Amino acid sequence: MRVTVRLFARLRDVAGASELTREVAPGATVGAVWAQLTREFPDFAAYERSISSAVNADYARMDREVRDGDEIAFLPPVSGG
Amino acid sequence: MATRILIPTPLRPYTDKQDAVDAEGRTVGELLENLTQKHAGLKAHLFNEQGKLRSFVNVYVNDEDIRYLQKEQTPVAPGDTISIIPSVAGGVDRVSGERVSGTFSGSAVAEKVPDTLPQLTNDEIKRYSRHLIMPEVGVEGQRKLKASKVLCIGAGGLGSPVAMYLTAAGVGTLGLVDFDVVDFSNLQRQILHGTPDVGRTKLASARDRLQALNPEITIKTYETALSSENALKLFQPYDVIVDGTDNFPTRYLVNDACVLLGKPNAYGSIFRFEGQASVFGAKNGPCYRCLYPEPPPPGLVPSCAEGGVLGVLPGIIGTIQAMETIKLILGIGEPLVGRFLIFDALRMKFRELKLQKDPDCPVCGTHPTVTKLIDYDQFCGVHPAAPEPLESTTVQASPLDISAVDLKARLDRGDDLLIVDVREPQEYQINRIPGSVLIPLGDVPKRYNELDPNQEVVVQCKMGGRSAKAADFLRSVGFKRVLNLTGGILAWIDKVDPTQPKY
Repeated sequence: MRVTVRLFARLRDVAGASELTREVAPGATVGAVWAQLTREFPDFAAYERSISSAVNADYARMDREVRDGDEIAFLPPVSGG
Repeated sequence: MATRILIPTPLRPYTDKQDAVDAEGRTVGELLENLTQKHAGLKAHLFNEQGKLRSFVNVYVNDEDIRYLQKEQTPVAPGDTISIIPSVAGGVDRVSGERVSGTFSGSAVAEKVPDTLPQLTNDEIKRYSRHLIMPEVGVEGQRKLKASKVLCIGAGGLGSPVAMYLTAAGVGTLGLVDFDVVDFSNLQRQILHGTPDVGRTKLASARDRLQALNPEITIKTYETALSSENALKLFQPYDVIVDGTDNFPTRYLVNDACVLLGKPNAYGSIFRFEGQASVFGAKNGPCYRCLYPEPPPPGLVPSCAEGGVLGVLPGIIGTIQAMETIKLILGIGEPLVGRFLIFDALRMKFRELKLQKDPDCPVCGTHPTVTKLIDYDQFCGVHPAAPEPLESTTVQASPLDISAVDLKARLDRGDDLLIVDVREPQEYQINRIPGSVLIPLGDVPKRYNELDPNQEVVVQCKMGGRSAKAADFLRSVGFKRVLNLTGGILAWIDKVDPTQPKY
């Protein structure tokens, strides 16, 4: 199944894109999508413990299962002021 | 059959000091009518001249706000409990931002008994006339603003628009916490401060600017670093806290202090072209830790100084924080509670995430583990910088470092050194050490084989942080001798070549 991934802040810089479309295995969780991206972009790994994620604009945890067509967002924290 | 109406403390003088009164009626309206017949003194406090329930009076039927039921037509049944909840007057201002039945009640401060709100002078009526003619604000709303106290943490990029708009809007007391000095590099976005202010404290500069903008309001300045020792005491007198800080330890500190005190936190944060805003710490609403339970490791997320920021961006996010603050004070509209706003300036898009209060949240959850303020530097893995030695010659320099002066001496001596600048190309365009080669830190793992591992290498960045990482990496892949330039290009300019610009 296909999902849309939205990336913010540094993740966008690292991936060089703010939006990606990826094939993921049926039954994949948000965490599995993240792990797949981390294989593609190894620099993502450092953010793993501090990102928050959302599915279809709803805050979601890493164990949340995703469905075909879902939009998954990964947001690292930012601190500028 | 009579229905019991709970009377809040400020209204008990009008009910012969009773905290509950029984009244008759089939609807809330009939009950209140009956109540004010029994206790005539209450009438002026509950109803305005047109006989309408005053906007600062919230009425609940069994903990449900009647504004989300059938208002005064809400039926009451025997055994129901009716609560009248105006604001608590006097020093016990409460901007709870309470959420009722899944809908934000918009109650906020702001539910103050009008008799206790300060009057507007004729000058103030002229000044705020564009507010006064809107029913959502009106004279009563403007008096709420005048009675309100807002504390803004930081007088920088976000703090500038926050402080200026809240000052202009007539927030009665504005507190500012900052300990920084105005620098030329602030002026591109920190519109509180002007060119003549460079070198002054931000608070002195802010006070002048704000007082000129609106002499009617009280500005309180706290020239201190917010800490676990002073935060609760500083926050206590204020109704709303605005987070305009620029670092994670302070953000977690502001969040936790707001949750512990039950004060809403008008949050904003920025990065390059992206911004975030929300209202955290509202009663029954989520807090920052519900979204980000753990801080990022130090160095992972660049600050504005490291990552840059487009100057207009804090203007946009800061004005959102100011707007949310005013809505909380007035108790109008739908605040950003349980909603996380993300702004992308390049694409000019606002997105919103729905955010729930996390029952497992360590601060605001059902079984909190953080019940007092902690050491936030430690929590965020930040170690306060060691005091700089007065003279570099008095300390034994690490054999892995080289000072700018020593580097210059060795270059003058003709030593065979390769200087690798690991900054970004746009930084390299601003200033550089003659003869250096540019390999941005992120490219070093891909490009180190362009260099000779047997040659002596000096790595250098802006201040020495990134180059320390590059040096570690190069040593790990077999470079024989790698030195890190202490203090980076800035030290080079200070000590060796003051003709070059600094950034």
